[in-house]
Amino acid sequence: MVSAMEIYQLTPKLNCKKCGLPTCMAFAVALLAREKQIEDCTPLLEPKYEAKLKKLREVMAPIAGATETGLVIHEDRCYGCGNCVVACPVNVANDPKGSAIGLGPKSDRVILVVEDGVVRCLNPKECRRFGPNRILCNLCTATCPSKAIEFV
Amino acid sequence: MAVCTGCSLLCDDIEVSIDGRRITKTKNLCRKGFGRYRSLASDRSVPRVDGRQAGIEEAISRAAEMLRNAKRPLLFGWSCSTLEAQRKGIELARRTKAIIDDTSSICQGEIMDMVIRKDIPTCTLDDVRNYGDTLIFWGCDPSSSHPRHMSRFSYFPRGEKLQRGHEEDRTAFLIDIRTSPTAKILAGNFIQISPGGDADLIEAMLAVLDGKIPRVRDKKAMISMMNRLKKADMGVIFPGLGLAYSLKGRMDRMKALVDRLNETTRYNVIPMVGHYNMRGFNQLLFDETGFINRVSFADGVDHGPVYSVVEASKSCDLALVVGSDPISSLPAGIAKALAGVPMITLDPHRTLTTELSRVVIPTALSGIEAGGSALRMDGVRIEFDPIVKSEYPSDEEVLSKILEEI
Repeated sequence: MVSAMEIYQLTPKLNCKKCGLPTCMAFAVALLAREKQIEDCTPLLEPKYEAKLKKLREVMAPIAGATETGLVIHEDRCYGCGNCVVACPVNVANDPKGSAIGLGPKSDRVILVVEDGVVRCLNPKECRRFGPNRILCNLCTATCPSKAIEFV
Repeated sequence: MAVCTGCSLLCDDIEVSIDGRRITKTKNLCRKGFGRYRSLASDRSVPRVDGRQAGIEEAISRAAEMLRNAKRPLLFGWSCSTLEAQRKGIELARRTKAIIDDTSSICQGEIMDMVIRKDIPTCTLDDVRNYGDTLIFWGCDPSSSHPRHMSRFSYFPRGEKLQRGHEEDRTAFLIDIRTSPTAKILAGNFIQISPGGDADLIEAMLAVLDGKIPRVRDKKAMISMMNRLKKADMGVIFPGLGLAYSLKGRMDRMKALVDRLNETTRYNVIPMVGHYNMRGFNQLLFDETGFINRVSFADGVDHGPVYSVVEASKSCDLALVVGSDPISSLPAGIAKALAGVPMITLDPHRTLTTELSRVVIPTALSGIEAGGSALRMDGVRIEFDPIVKSEYPSDEEVLSKILEEI
């Protein structure tokens, strides 16, 4: 997963404030948090930064499909084992007769399900990382054997 | 709800949407199971006799004729067939005075033998989910081999007596030679050993149980692990292929450890069987002959290593391979010997073995195109119905026809 420092290295490092933020480092953090778009950095669109822009788009591509909670699923790495489905505290609370006891989810309010051999995110807003009272829960990533789930 | 026959967990909570013969959507299938369902439409075998394409009836008649004329046939495979087909297979072996062996002979045979003979205690996977608070995965990597093992039965789910699941109520240890995907989940309780070091580890564990200082590098970690093992209410050991190969011929050490652990608390063993119905075949053959594999019906019932696929492939004059691909999985020298023998293969898919066979009889994919029943890795019988129609007969139907013609 790309870090804010890696993104910073690919910005023009001018601290021009055209994006509305005081520094390029602040822009890198905002870009990672999906509060800003690459296009908000106008100097980066100039021809002399073409290589940096291309590289930045490349490193940002894997996190383009992240949910509101920043959850990214790398389908190519997923085994479909369902460890995250069964370990997720929200799945357990919302689906005590299904994913809590190891079976396939039986409720519509679960966050993670396994479909076609890979995990999918259904209700990201139920996640404990969402909303004003969010906490840094990481049970789905900690239980993944192949690091197929990550948070931005 | 469908049943997945991708591995010996036989997950029975699978939801499948079908459009004709095409699988459009599946739920709860792991990647391995999804691969099996998707294989429905890929690389299917076609009936062949002596290298040319033929009708299925002709292929069955030719197979029956070859079996009738064989002096010392070998019937091998069986682990990917239903219990009903396996029963017919054993009957066929009796009728043709054949040697019959299955994949457990080169796999978990030794451990399975002890489990089926009740030499070591065992339990069901549902017991593990409800009561198994201390688990040892030994020489196996369930994340790769049985993807839903840890999530459905062993480590993550909440059980009757273990409401807080893996977070507080369960402890799992992994003993392996490499940092496998499972080792990444159980990083704090991963004991890495050198290849073949299982016997030494068992001695060290026994030493701690006897109150002695173990001869290992990290004595403190070993003592704390054994203290944790002794505190278990119900412990379960899942031996994998790594342990089976490392302790070959010395499985009594494993039994000694399980017996010693059982003096203080309850410990069970469930072998990590690979193919979906290997245990079924072992159980059936044991009920009929008293042996789980490597049986010859040439002169009554005889058992011994000489009747294993490894030895028998050099001495047999015909091989009937059912739902297995020994040419790919056996070492080159033995595969070469087997390839030199006329082979009849029953398989839903094209494999290296079907390519080298004299007669190929395509069969329905069990669990998807053919129904039946099978024994899960813990010995629980699971029944399943076909979910799609097949143009080919099941293993059981083919074997029945061969039996009739003989």
